[in-house]
Amino acid sequence: MRRSLTNIVQLGIKELYSLRYDPVMLFLIVYMFSFSIFEEAENAVTGVVNAAVAIVDEDRSQLSRRIGDALLQPRFQAPESISVDQVDASMEAARYTFVIDIPPNFEADLLAGRPTVIQLNVDATAMGMAGTGAGYIQQIIAQEVSTFRKDDRQTHAVNVVTRARFNPNMEAKGFQGVMALTNNVTLMAILLTGAALIREREHGTIEHLLVMPLRPVEIMLAKVWANGLVVILVATLSLYLIVQGALAVTIVGSISLYLSVAVVYLFSVTSLGIYLATLARSMPQFGLLAMIVFVIMLLLSGGHTPLDSMPVALQTIMQFVPSTHFVRMAQAILFRDAGVDVIWPDLLATALIGVVFFLAALLRFRKTVTLTQT
Amino acid sequence: MKSIARVTGLTHRYKKNVALDDVDLEIPAGRIVGLIGPDGVGKSSLLSLISGVRKIQHGSVQVLGRDMRRALNRAVVGPRIAYMPQGLGRNLYMTLSVFENVDFFGRLFGHGREQRAWRIHELLKGTGLTPFIHRPAGKLSGGMKQKLGLCCALIHNPDLLILDEPTTGVDPLSRRQFWELIDRIRARREDMSIIVATAYMDEAERFDWLVAMDDGKVLATGNPAEVKNGTRTDSLEAAFIALLPTEKRRRHETLTIPRRRSRDALTAIEADGLTRRFGDFVAVDHVSFRIERGEIFGFLGSNGCGKTTTMKMLTGLLPSSEGEARLLGRVVDAEDIELRRRVGYMSQAFSLYSELTVRQNLELHARVFQLPKSQMETRVTEMIARFGLGEVVDELAERLPLGVRQRLSLAVALIHGPEMLILDEPTSGVDPVARDIFWQLLVQLSRDDGVTIFISTHFMNEAERCDRISLMHAGKVLAQGSPVELVRARGALNLEDAFITYLEEATTGTVAPDQSEGLFDRSDQTDSTQRRTRSVLFDPRRGWAYARREGLEIIRDPIRIAFALLGPIILLIAFGYGITFDLENISYAVLDRDQSPESRHYLDNYAGSRYFEQRPPLHSYIDLESRLRAAQLIFAIEMPPGFGKDLKRGRQPEIAIWLDGTVPFRAETARGYILGLHHRYLEEQQRHNNVGGAGQRPPVTVETRFRYNQDFKSVYAMVPGTIMMLLVWIPAMMTAAGVVREKEMGSITNFYATPVRSLEFLLGKQLPYVVLALVNFASLVVLAVFLFDVPIKGSIVALLVGGLLYVIATTGLGLLMSSFMKTQIAAIFGTAIITTVPAVNFSGFFSPVASLTPSAQVFSHIFPSSYFQQISLGTFTKALGPEALMFNFFMLTLLVLVYLALGLTLLKTQER
Repeated sequence: MRRSLTNIVQLGIKELYSLRYDPVMLFLIVYMFSFSIFEEAENAVTGVVNAAVAIVDEDRSQLSRRIGDALLQPRFQAPESISVDQVDASMEAARYTFVIDIPPNFEADLLAGRPTVIQLNVDATAMGMAGTGAGYIQQIIAQEVSTFRKDDRQTHAVNVVTRARFNPNMEAKGFQGVMALTNNVTLMAILLTGAALIREREHGTIEHLLVMPLRPVEIMLAKVWANGLVVILVATLSLYLIVQGALAVTIVGSISLYLSVAVVYLFSVTSLGIYLATLARSMPQFGLLAMIVFVIMLLLSGGHTPLDSMPVALQTIMQFVPSTHFVRMAQAILFRDAGVDVIWPDLLATALIGVVFFLAALLRFRKTVTLTQT
Repeated sequence: MKSIARVTGLTHRYKKNVALDDVDLEIPAGRIVGLIGPDGVGKSSLLSLISGVRKIQHGSVQVLGRDMRRALNRAVVGPRIAYMPQGLGRNLYMTLSVFENVDFFGRLFGHGREQRAWRIHELLKGTGLTPFIHRPAGKLSGGMKQKLGLCCALIHNPDLLILDEPTTGVDPLSRRQFWELIDRIRARREDMSIIVATAYMDEAERFDWLVAMDDGKVLATGNPAEVKNGTRTDSLEAAFIALLPTEKRRRHETLTIPRRRSRDALTAIEADGLTRRFGDFVAVDHVSFRIERGEIFGFLGSNGCGKTTTMKMLTGLLPSSEGEARLLGRVVDAEDIELRRRVGYMSQAFSLYSELTVRQNLELHARVFQLPKSQMETRVTEMIARFGLGEVVDELAERLPLGVRQRLSLAVALIHGPEMLILDEPTSGVDPVARDIFWQLLVQLSRDDGVTIFISTHFMNEAERCDRISLMHAGKVLAQGSPVELVRARGALNLEDAFITYLEEATTGTVAPDQSEGLFDRSDQTDSTQRRTRSVLFDPRRGWAYARREGLEIIRDPIRIAFALLGPIILLIAFGYGITFDLENISYAVLDRDQSPESRHYLDNYAGSRYFEQRPPLHSYIDLESRLRAAQLIFAIEMPPGFGKDLKRGRQPEIAIWLDGTVPFRAETARGYILGLHHRYLEEQQRHNNVGGAGQRPPVTVETRFRYNQDFKSVYAMVPGTIMMLLVWIPAMMTAAGVVREKEMGSITNFYATPVRSLEFLLGKQLPYVVLALVNFASLVVLAVFLFDVPIKGSIVALLVGGLLYVIATTGLGLLMSSFMKTQIAAIFGTAIITTVPAVNFSGFFSPVASLTPSAQVFSHIFPSSYFQQISLGTFTKALGPEALMFNFFMLTLLVLVYLALGLTLLKTQER
C-alpha cells in the first residue's frame, strides 16, 4: 500500500515535469483560463442587448418621436428611420430585429379618441431576443402613450413586483464567466490527461512503465492527480483573478466548497479522458473523439441552455454525464450559496460516474497499450 | 570531370544545431555516388538540399547546371530529379495499393493513361512487384516498400536519382536485390547519376565515388580504393574511424569479446512455440529458443519480421496467442511484479522521458524499483560513472546525442541490477564509435556480471558479436546457432551470405524472380520531351492526381470517414433537440397568504398556461428561499394577505414574484411570460369593470407580428443555424488535419519534390473534402426536413448554391489553417477553436449580427459563417429567394478567393 502510494506520487511528479516542457499545452492552459473566459463573459450577449430597431414613422408627430427616443441603450440601439417599402428587404437581410410602424395620423387619432394600431414587426428567427424584446417594446409604447395623455388614471388594479434572487440585475456576465470556467475545466481535464496517455504510448514510455514493478492502476491514478492538480490550480487562479478580478463578478457562495466539488469532478473527467484515450489509437483520433464528446458536454449540460428545456429522454441521458451535475452544482454553490445539503446528490452522482469511467479505462488499459503497436 | 551537382559554402542549421558546416563539394555526373557516415551527420540535409526539397540557408547549390536557390530553376530542373527520402516507404501512401502508388506519381508527372499503364507494368515487372500489384503499400515488407519507392521515383525517368538510406532496416536478401536492380537500371541508362546515402559501410564498397561525412563536414572524397589507401586501412569501416577527428577516435578501442566461460547451463529465457496473431496476420510463428544464463543471444532480422513482437511477449507486454515463454524458470505473466524486478528492458525507440534530466530519469526508475533510500544515491552515482554520463547529468534527455541517449537507456534498464536484459535494436542509428562503446558495456555485463543479454539487431557485424544468434524472417526462425556454426553450415563466406542463403530457401516461390527485360526500353525520348512541355504553371491533371489520391485515402480510413460522415449527424440531433430557446414547463410555486377567491382566480392564470408548471404550494419564506436555492423552482408567487379585499376596494394590492436569477436568459424570459400574463389579467379586469360603464379610454393596440416564424419555435432558427455551424466546424477541421497529416507522415515531400504546383496541390487537396462536406450538407438538410420537420420555405436552389459556396469557403479556411499548424492534434483543436467562436458568437446564431459590437462584427465579416447563416435561415425559415441573398453569395465567393490567395502565399514549397 505504501509502495503504491510512493509510486503514484513519483509518477505524478514526472507527469508535472513532462507538462512543464510542453509549450503548446501550457499556452492552451493559460489561454483557456484567462483570455478565453474573459472574452466569452465580456462579449456574451444573452437576452435583449443592443437590439437593432427601425421605425417607420408615418406620423412624424411629437408622440411618434417620443416613442423612438424611449428606446434606450443598453437594450436597444438608437432606432433608425426607414420607409415602408424598405421594411421587407431590411428584415430579410436581418439588418433589424424589430421594426415599429407608426401609422399616419397616429397622434391625432389618439387625441380624438379613435382606436389606433401600431404595428411591431419582429424577426422571430432571432430567438434570443425576439420574444422578450417585443414585450419590452410593447411596454415602452404603452408607457409613452400614457405619459403623453397625462394619464394618471391609468393605474392598475393590481401591481406586480418581480425580484430576481441571487442575481438581482440578471447580469449575464457572471453566469457566462462561471460557465466558461466550468466548461474549460472539463476541456482541459479531458485533453491533458488523454493526451498525456497517448503521448506516452506514442513515445513508448508507457511500455517502459509496464515492464517495471508498477500496476496500471498506479499509472492511471498518477495521471489523475497530477493533471487534476494542474487544472484545479489554474481554475482557482482564474476564479480569483479573472472572474472576480478582471470581470468584477460578485460571487455570493462558498468558493472553497466549489473547489472541493471541482476536485471530485476532476477525478471524474480525468478518468473520462483516460478512457477516451484507451479508445483512440493515435493522437488525431483522440482529438476527434474528445472533440465530439466535449461539444456535447458543452452544449447539453445546462451551461448554455437550461436542461429543463430539453426533451425528457435527453435530460435522462445527460444525467450520466458528469458535467451536467457539475454545472448544476457550480450554479447552486456560486450563485445561490447552496450548501452540501443541497448539492450532495449531484456530488454523489459525479463520484459514481467517475468510478465507472475509471474502472472502464482500467479494464482497457493494458490491452490498448499493446494494440496500438501493431 | 563533368559534375551533376556543385555545392559551395553550404551551411545549414536547425535552430542551434549545425547540420552542415560550410560544405564544398563537387559530385561527378554519370556515377553512383555514396554518402557515408552515421546518422545525424548531415547526409539527409545535404541530399534534401540538392534535390531542392529543402530551402537553402547559406551557400549555393547548383544541380544540372542550375542554381537551386531560384524557384524558376527548381521548376525546370525538378522534373529531371527523383528523390526518395529516408525511412521505409516514407514517400508512399500506406493505404494505397502498389499500383495506385505508382499511378499517383505517374499522374503527377502528367503521363497519359496509356503511357502510365505500360510504364507501371514495366517497372513493377522489373522490380518483381507484379504479383503484389493490388496489395496496400502498408502491408509490404520493408524490402518491397523500398522497391516500390524506387518505382515511384523512376516513373518519370529522371537524370538524377537521389536515394536517402534506401536499405536501412531491410533484410540482406532484399538489400542485395535492391542493389542488383539499381545496377540493371544503370546498365540501361548509363548517363543517369545516382547519389545514395548509407550507414552500411559494406554497401559503400560497390559505389563509384564516396563522400565520407561527419559532424556536418566532409572528411574525405574519392573512390573506395582511394579512401582506404588514404587512411591505410583495409575496410571502409576502419577507414571511416581513422578519418574521425582524434578526439573522437580516442574513445574508440577495438572491441574484443572474451570467450564465455562455460558455466552451469541454467536456462534464463525460454520460448516454446511462441505465436502471436493480429487478426489474420501471423506476426510471430511458433518461435522456440533457449538462452543460457550469462549468454549474449542475438535476434537478427529485418524490420517487421517479428523481433519486437517476440520481445514484447517475453516481457509480458503482449499476451501470446499460443505457446509459452519462461523467464528464470517462471512463466511470463503480466501481473507478476516480482519477476519484473529481475528483468531490464530497453525498447526499440528511445523511450525515456525526454523532458527529464539524466539524473531525474535515473532517480525516477530507482524509486519505482524501490531501491532503499540509502542504496539509491550510490547506485545512481555508480551508473553515472560506469556509463560515462558525468558531464551531462543535468541535461534534459532530449538534448543528448543519440549515442549518449542509448547509454542512458541502458543505464536506466540496469538501475535495479537485473539478472537479464532484453534489448530491442538498441544501436540503430548510432555511429560506429558509439556502437562499439555500447557493446563494450554489454560485454562487461555479460562476462563480468553474468547478466543474460537478449538483443535484436539488423546489423550483421553486431550479430557476429553474439554468442548465439537466431535468424528471423517473416515471423519464423530460419536458423539458430553460433555465428561461426551458421556460416560453416552453409559453406558461406560470411554471416550475411549465410543469412541470404537461408532467406532464399525460405522465400522460394513466394517472390517472383526479378525480370529486368523491358525496363526503360521504350520511348524514353518521347517521354523526356513530353515532360518538359508540361512542367509549367497549371495542369489540372496534377491537381486531379492529388484529389484522387486524397479521396482514396479518406475512404480507406474508417475512423476519419466515420467521424466525417456520422459526426455532423450525431451533433445535429444533439443540438437540434438540446439547444432551445423555448422555455416551457417553468416550475413555480405559490405562497398564498390570502387564500381568497380573488387570489385563486389570479393564480388560475398561471396554472392554465402551457409555459408554467405548478409545484406544491409554499408555506413560508424559509420554504420559498430553500426551494429556490435547491433549484426546485424557477420562480415563486407571493400573494399578499388581504389581496381579495384590497382588490375590491381598489387599493392596488401588490403581488411579489421571486425569480431565480442565476441563469439570466431563463429569468428574463420567465419574467416576460409573467408580465404578459399579468397584463392580460389586468385587461380582463378592466373589461369586466367597464361592462355597461362609460368612459373607456380608446385603446392603442400594438399589433405584434412574429415574422418568418409565426409559431415562435426555436427549432426553425436553431436547425438552420446548427447546419451553418457544423458545416464550418467539421469540414475545416478535416481539411486542416488532412494536409497536416501529410506533414506528419512525411509524404508532403512528394509535393516538394515533384512538379506539382501550389495551386494544383491546394485545389487537389480541397476537392475531396468539398465532396465530403457536400455529403454532410445533404444529410443535414434531409435530417432538418424529415426529422425536425423544418421545411425549406424559400428557394432550394439558393440553399444549394449557398451550401456549395460555403463548404468551398470553409474547406478553404481549413487549408489556410493547415499552413501554420504542425501536428494533426494542433490542427484539430486549433481549427475548432478558431472557427467555433465566429460561428457561434459572431454569425447571428445566438444573437443577430446587427446587435454585435463593431469589433465583433469584424469577425462576422471575415469568416464565412455569418453569410451562410443568412442563406440557411433565409431559405429554410424566412422563405427567401435568391435575389434577396445576392450579397451573401457575393461575399462567400470573395472569401473563397481570399482564402485561396492567402493559402497560396503561405504554403511552403520547400522544407526548412
